[in-house]
Amino acid sequence: METAPQRPRLGYSSILLGIVAMVAGAALTFAHVKTAGPIAARLDEDRQASLEQVIPPALHDNSLLKDAFVIDVGHGERKTFYRALRHGKVTAVAYEMTAHGYGGAILLLMGVDSSGAILGVRVLQQHETPGLGDKIDLKKTHWILGFDGRSLGNPDQKGWHVKKDGGVFDQFTGATITPRGVVKGIHEGLQLFAAHRDQLLHSAAQATEENRHG
Amino acid sequence: MADRYGKIFKDSFWTNNITLSQSLALCPTMAVTSTATNALGMGLATTAVLVVSNVMIASLRNFITNEVRIPVFVVIIASLVTLVDMTMNAWLHQLYGVLGLFIALIVVNCAILGRAEAFAARNAPLASFVDGLGSGLGFTFGLLLIGIVREVLGSGTLFANAALLLGSPFKVIELTIIPHYSGFLLMVLPPGGFLALGFLMAGKRLLETRRARRVAKTVELAAMPAASHS
Repeated sequence: METAPQRPRLGYSSILLGIVAMVAGAALTFAHVKTAGPIAARLDEDRQASLEQVIPPALHDNSLLKDAFVIDVGHGERKTFYRALRHGKVTAVAYEMTAHGYGGAILLLMGVDSSGAILGVRVLQQHETPGLGDKIDLKKTHWILGFDGRSLGNPDQKGWHVKKDGGVFDQFTGATITPRGVVKGIHEGLQLFAAHRDQLLHSAAQATEENRHG
Repeated sequence: MADRYGKIFKDSFWTNNITLSQSLALCPTMAVTSTATNALGMGLATTAVLVVSNVMIASLRNFITNEVRIPVFVVIIASLVTLVDMTMNAWLHQLYGVLGLFIALIVVNCAILGRAEAFAARNAPLASFVDGLGSGLGFTFGLLLIGIVREVLGSGTLFANAALLLGSPFKVIELTIIPHYSGFLLMVLPPGGFLALGFLMAGKRLLETRRARRVAKTVELAAMPAASHS
């Protein structure tokens, strides 16, 4: 009784498992096809919303998402830049930077105008300690707004540190590593802008031309 | 009939409460209970998956052989969770922003597989539905209690961002319990979750012991005169 039906049952079990996997796979495929579009649209909306926070609407008459372009920023790394155009001229660019905090990578989105001054910085993703390091998030404190208007010359090289390290930016009580990382990340972001400034600001006509053809 | 389902519900909701009695699914529990709103959202999402997985597994129980039951259960549960994840991301995107990280955690919720093994594989769909609902709501209740304790002590608020989860009419339940509170980090971090859970479990044990003692006493009192008469 126990051993006799073993073989047929083995076949039955395999087929059963196969059918269950197939039905599950079919259901997931169907759901993926149905939801892929809406999910992509939602993600674009999210991105659009964060871009609008770092580039004021008065600075552009184009779609920031559509006029994104990728350039090689050295070391084989390719970075996406979102350009704000007004009357065909680049007024500002927005791009993501990765800073290194206490809890791993901090994803920043920064907007910089054509003169190299910061329009705004927002934290897109962070895993910092709740109540300490997460004060970099605009939802918790306004600390991140302190970077508005800053540029490579304001403050100078020495000033681009937290106060504890002799710079001009506040750290938080109990959390120095997080703001130190963010300050460094933003400073690097400005250096990146300076290094690729010509490419970012002057290829506008050409890039739009390419877009039109494409 | 109704009695039977009442008992199933009570057993799964209270007596064998996933969080407070079985101490199962602690990983998602510690991750989400830093605020009451997150706890509620996670609890309800888990309840939905638990009810559907219980009913499906109970309906298929006569076809599933013993040898492959675990893989079959796992495929069903993982698919359900993925469906919930995709659907929420597409059509409840704001809520997904709050709960998205935790939805995937439902897959590793051993309590769901536990109910499939312990109950749904041996009972009819209706009974399994009641069991799934009871277990899920019991889990929600447990999470909510821990979430309330942690949020009030840790951040001084209650149901912060509830409107995001339940819709704008629920803005009124977003309370600030302790104004100008500087926060109590320990309660926000995972150790606070274990502390809160420990006290709540002890509380439940205490409640049950007291009740058992009271029942024992009334039985004793009822038995006494009868004994003297005989």
